[in-house]
Amino acid sequence: MARQMTGAKMVVQALKDQGVDTVFGYPGGAVLPIYDEIFQQNDIRHILVRHEQGAVHAAEGYARSTGKPGVALVTSGPGATNAVTGLTDALLDSIPIVVLTGQVPTFMIGSDAFQEADTVGITRPCTKHNWLVKETDRLSQTIHEAFHVATSGRPGPVLIDIPKDVQFASGDYVSPKAADTSRYQPQMKGDLAAITELVEAIEKAERPVFYTGGGVINSGPAASQLLRELVDATGIPITSTLMGLGAYPASGENWLGMLGMHGLYEANMAMHGCDLMICVGARFDDRITGLISAFSPKSKKAHIDIDPSSINKVVKTDIPIVGDVGHVLEDILKVWKARGRKINRAAVDKWQGQIDEWRKVDCLKYKQAGKVIKPQYAIQRLEELTKGHDRYVTTEVGQHQMWAAQYMGFEDPNRWMTSGGLGTMGYGFPASIGVQMAHPDSLVINVAGEASWLMNMQEMGTAVQFRLPVKQFILNNERLGMVRQWQELLHGERYSHSWSEALPDFVKLAEAFGAKGIYCDNPDDLDDAILEMINHDGPVIFDCLVEKHENCFPMIPSGKPHNEMLLGEASTQGAIEAGGAVLV
Amino acid sequence: MAALKIKKGSTSHSAYNLRPAFSDVQEKHTLAVLVDNEPGVLARVIGLFSGRGYNIESLTVAEVDHTGHHSRITVVTTGTPQVIEQIKTQLGRIVPVHDVHDLTVEGAAVERELGLFKVTGEGEKRIEALRLAEIFRANVVDSTLESFVFEITGAPEKIDAFADLMRPLGLVEVARTGVAALSRGSA
Ligand SMILES: Cc1ncc(C[n+]2csc(CCOP(=O)(O)OP(=O)(O)O)c2C)c(N)n1
Ligand SMILES: [Mg+2]
Repeated sequence: MARQMTGAKMVVQALKDQGVDTVFGYPGGAVLPIYDEIFQQNDIRHILVRHEQGAVHAAEGYARSTGKPGVALVTSGPGATNAVTGLTDALLDSIPIVVLTGQVPTFMIGSDAFQEADTVGITRPCTKHNWLVKETDRLSQTIHEAFHVATSGRPGPVLIDIPKDVQFASGDYVSPKAADTSRYQPQMKGDLAAITELVEAIEKAERPVFYTGGGVINSGPAASQLLRELVDATGIPITSTLMGLGAYPASGENWLGMLGMHGLYEANMAMHGCDLMICVGARFDDRITGLISAFSPKSKKAHIDIDPSSINKVVKTDIPIVGDVGHVLEDILKVWKARGRKINRAAVDKWQGQIDEWRKVDCLKYKQAGKVIKPQYAIQRLEELTKGHDRYVTTEVGQHQMWAAQYMGFEDPNRWMTSGGLGTMGYGFPASIGVQMAHPDSLVINVAGEASWLMNMQEMGTAVQFRLPVKQFILNNERLGMVRQWQELLHGERYSHSWSEALPDFVKLAEAFGAKGIYCDNPDDLDDAILEMINHDGPVIFDCLVEKHENCFPMIPSGKPHNEMLLGEASTQGAIEAGGAVLV
Repeated sequence: MAALKIKKGSTSHSAYNLRPAFSDVQEKHTLAVLVDNEPGVLARVIGLFSGRGYNIESLTVAEVDHTGHHSRITVVTTGTPQVIEQIKTQLGRIVPVHDVHDLTVEGAAVERELGLFKVTGEGEKRIEALRLAEIFRANVVDSTLESFVFEITGAPEKIDAFADLMRPLGLVEVARTGVAALSRGSA
């Protein structure tokens, strides 16, 4: 039997019925009725952020670390426009979030009313889908459909714009069970003929490699489990994109490390030289492929993806399999086992031998000498001192992000949250807040650059207010390091506006917010300082002063193929040609 | 290219797929996109084309099933085979899109368009315009002493040809509906 209630009450009821326990938000005129309902209940915790961008990134962090959709609630106009960066970030990284925005009352829409913005118009290209709800009777159905769309198929952000009069009016509430979600039903099972074709290719391959991505994580823990089983049973080497780290454990014996622009030498060389590439839930992003025309020239390519539009988008696929990674991996294992677990062992062993030669290049080596902390050393010590912990890591964007991906090891999925597709500076801090909300007793660290961190530093207020002991580990090179690196390599060392000047005293900044600040500029003090950070029960800003002009290697320069990687300072002279400089 | 198992917009079992998927040849395709008739759906479809840099040569939209709230969008677009495939799969991702049919590859289809042509002139030219209109089975739907408005329906090429002929005879204004298309046969 349908229950009557106000639209505002419906919002809270629908969230509860969807199993939501946490909402990140910021109030304003157009969402006051919903805030009034939030005030009168205790099932859903509301986390007051300090900027709507923070709310959306926090929801992303919550989602990425739990596998459940994250929820944000913001007001109309500026509240909604402030959410746009987070929505775009979630779209590019396929993160399921539900954003609720207030809107001016229906009878004022189009009149340039106070804090009116065309929210569904503005967010149409940066959401998987969005809705403007004009009748209270449609509201609960729409919210349930929104959760369904955000979490099914290739996940992504959705937005529901709710005019204020719709929040005040009463209507019929439908439960999630009664809601109609039939019009969006993506295909989950892969085509068995294509799967068999892939298994045949696996049996014959001499130089196979798994190239995995965020899709494995999105598919859920079972998919990671199946991937581990398949990789270890076949003994095929595996690399992953930035988004897929943790799906296969970094300590696993077939692990090659991350691939791509700042990926490991052995991973990129394996991609270049393989004869069978099995892409699982990744999308041939330009950070991965380098020069397309020279990308893995000799390989047969299989591509498993739930999104048909990802297949043949940039790289021609020989064996396309549309379906959910978990479902498809399960079928691959079944078919491979049923056909007798065959593998071209002699050839694959030889291939592993070749890969071991590439490993010997030791592409991540660096020297920590003298009294200045090398950023790589800082990350390595952080890794060493935290890896036994129940740990979650977020990052900002820049060199520090790549060093974290290179030098930290992830043993499980959902433990690594970073802005991959959009590369959003300012993502990591609010994301760490979202992660900590979902995992109150875990160690949550944001590996940050000083410049990125300042982009959402207002969230210190949130961390302190809600006693979230997030650790802000800032690799402070007083530079927009990644920009500086490109200017060094591509723009004749003309460092145009890539200096972080007038930086705050981060320790005092922490104290001003009522948190703890730690400063360290000496390699000999680093371990103690990191331990102090870990052991402090509360939010910490760790200002780690590092070498200012360190470059991040290996690097595939723009416009170059995988086998023309730069390995260190000596190899950079004239490495990037004019053709590459126009690429981003 | 092996067959893709794509439900929405699937054209995978066509011999057409035997052409090289990454060729540079520009092709013209007519797509029929069946959508829920809800606010913003046309903006989603058009936004996809503008946002991803695809071409729209012609576009027609109207509700075709009032009770089911379904509209049919007919788009004529050009691109390389790979771009055409992308357009179809990208359209298929849009939540209110139910089905994408590529009428150019799914067997024979009929395509029709309606055009209105205003032609002004006197004497010989006026008579010649009227004579040609008869040959093209265009109707006169408005007339003054120095102008005609012709109405013509047919395949887009026929309307193009009529426009070419009318131009030297005093063509001053054209309105075209864009293409409506259906596959032939009972399927
Ligand atoms: C919002 C945003 N603006 C600009 C950029 C371009 N950008 C990429 S990395 C970078 C520098 C980051 O500096 P910092 O956070 O200090 O990290 P570092 O590279 O020094 O480790 C910039 C400006 C971006 N990714 N995001
Ligand atoms: Mg920096």
